[in-house]
Amino acid sequence: MAHQTSLDFSKNAARAQADADLQSALAKLQRDTRLARPVITGRLPEFEDLRDRAVAIKDHTLAHLDHFLETFEANVTDAGGHVHWCNDAGGARETILQICRDSDAKIVGKSKSMVSEEIALNDYLIAHGLEVVETDLGEYILQLREETPSHVVMPAIHLKKEQIAETFRDHHTTLDPARPLDVPSDITEEARTKLREKFLAADVGITGANMLIAETGSIVVVTNEGNGDLTQTLPRVHIVIAAIEKVVPRVEDALSILRILARSATGQEITCYTTFATGPKRPDDLDGPEELHLILLDNGRTKLLEGEFRDVLRCIRCGACQSACPVYGAVGGHAYGGVYGGPIGAVLTPALDGIDKAWPLPEASSFCGNCEAVCPMRIPLPGLMRRWRDIAHKEKLNKAGARRGLALWAWAARRPAFYRFGARIALRLLKTLGGRRGYLRRVPLAGGWTTARDLPAPEGGTFIDRWQKESPGKTGS
Amino acid sequence: MTGAAPPVTPPVTPPVTPRVGLFATCLVDLYRPSVGFAAASLLEQAGCEVDVPRAQVCCGQPAYNAGDRTNAAAIARQTIDLFEGFDYIVAPSGSCAGMLRHHYPDLLSDDPQYATRAQSVADKTWELIGFLTDVRSWTDIDASWPASVTYHDACSGLRELGIKDQPRQLLKKVEGLELCELEAADVCCGFGGTFCIKYPEVSGAMVDNKVDDIVATGAATVLSGDLGCLMNIAGRLSRRGEAVEARHIAEILAGPATGPAIGPAIGSAADNDGGKA
Repeated sequence: MAHQTSLDFSKNAARAQADADLQSALAKLQRDTRLARPVITGRLPEFEDLRDRAVAIKDHTLAHLDHFLETFEANVTDAGGHVHWCNDAGGARETILQICRDSDAKIVGKSKSMVSEEIALNDYLIAHGLEVVETDLGEYILQLREETPSHVVMPAIHLKKEQIAETFRDHHTTLDPARPLDVPSDITEEARTKLREKFLAADVGITGANMLIAETGSIVVVTNEGNGDLTQTLPRVHIVIAAIEKVVPRVEDALSILRILARSATGQEITCYTTFATGPKRPDDLDGPEELHLILLDNGRTKLLEGEFRDVLRCIRCGACQSACPVYGAVGGHAYGGVYGGPIGAVLTPALDGIDKAWPLPEASSFCGNCEAVCPMRIPLPGLMRRWRDIAHKEKLNKAGARRGLALWAWAARRPAFYRFGARIALRLLKTLGGRRGYLRRVPLAGGWTTARDLPAPEGGTFIDRWQKESPGKTGS
Repeated sequence: MTGAAPPVTPPVTPPVTPRVGLFATCLVDLYRPSVGFAAASLLEQAGCEVDVPRAQVCCGQPAYNAGDRTNAAAIARQTIDLFEGFDYIVAPSGSCAGMLRHHYPDLLSDDPQYATRAQSVADKTWELIGFLTDVRSWTDIDASWPASVTYHDACSGLRELGIKDQPRQLLKKVEGLELCELEAADVCCGFGGTFCIKYPEVSGAMVDNKVDDIVATGAATVLSGDLGCLMNIAGRLSRRGEAVEARHIAEILAGPATGPAIGPAIGSAADNDGGKA
């Protein structure tokens, strides 16, 4: 399940726009999200205050990240767990493989984890002889289809139930081919039966973490299916993989963030399962893993922490920016190519994969600002995309034609007299081309405009010229 | 002296007849002078003295959003030089007003000569409709438009400046006007400046959704506060052959808009008699 290799947004978007199933799934997601938002925030008058509080918690944590991580490590160790610091994807993969080998694991159960996508963990473990089973329903479907998540909390949102039924028929070949799979409960029932076998057989369970609590060394995992709990309690060994920005100082802080997480992610007040786990099984515990390993992954975070992109480390992976983004709504998450789609992907992918490859992503935004408006952590996503555009422009990564056009325009805009002279000529030309119809179907040098729309012909004359002529005595300074 | 006395801030009394520098915006200047005249008329009706600095060009947003901070900053400094002497700076666009209000201070924060001036310009820059209602507390609209309209909330005005109720408040005062609310009125139309040229198909899908919603209202005219969105919407309406016309809200509020709509809609009265009475 390596993530998509192409970061060519235009090409990916064209494919997505031609996919009718995807389009209807996205339209539904966007509409549901739009209608749910006022209900969710309306029911909780302190929602905005909670956002401020969550931002303050994360900003404080990030300002003292080393301290809180070390406190977390000490408390995990005290509780009997092992902490592994991993700088990059390769280091994390090797560490996890070694833990699996040390425990003679054959089957690995996995609950949903975006950071495991980031390091392409499944492919690696499978290539080294392990059987890896995703246990989140969406992720399980994607694993069968050899696809990647298209949304951080609704990984299979791009699929319709008919496509999922077909996938199950193709892969669950031991079951009766004539069985009904028409309603969602047929599908979930079948998945449950299949996954139960794996939960019980798994030697190692790998989960992500929604938060790490420094003062107790606990991990917090939220799911709606309970698969996270089965993954971390049934196998002998539990491996948690989490990026270093997931730490929060206190239990109380985790609770504050939980109050905005589900509301922003799915519109729920709280997820069906919210699990706090501390250390491996103690002698008197009835269940739990014998071993607990914490993989603390950097993978570029420290670099983000130092610079102008620090705010993005507040992200709690709720996916609100994706669900609310009209560009995401037009093309879906896969069009962004990287692990994370939508506005958060447009900011994170350049950091993870390099702006030289990912420069089209920060450009794939109309800067409508809806992502920032819904982000529970108030991450200034459009502002951060603009920072990437600054870098892409400085390094001349974007298209030369676009840069030349902009340079020419800016040259004129900085010379008002020349600009006005040029404007008069251009307007006369456009007015003539527009003719009596009032519209231009094709415009020289601005082909992109007329792909989808006509260009209204200008009214005639510039406002500045006409104001001077028609409003004598009021002429400008 | 024991401890310095706190600096005395003179009470701010807004001038009775404030001098407003009208920042027409490049699109209004080049494409739709009638919006500039309508804006000036509204400002005068609201008791302002209006001046239109001749050397104004563009707010610099195309460069700013393209990552060209050098040119954006140069254009911002030029705009500040031209407008900082006014009591207020008003633009018939949330996008351009937002640029002056929120982004000039960011753009020039490291410029020792301009950082403070950028903030002072930002503090007195307003989007036209918000200025009329929130600063001038003026709602004495004297206009009639006996037809149904719908209203698209332009993104920057909405999210950067909080323009949402103000236009509706003023439209209510227009005699005969029936406002049919638009489904997803606050969803982006897909314009996004150069975004619509860089990713025309994606932008096209977005404006298509917008046009679907506009047509579903049954309104004869779509209004908005930003010419960029309106040109995008009008262009798609035209391409699809829809008989809905597009206008800037100021054209309706300032009195009878007699000129043709933005690139007159197919089959509209404007095609025949050159305007709506």
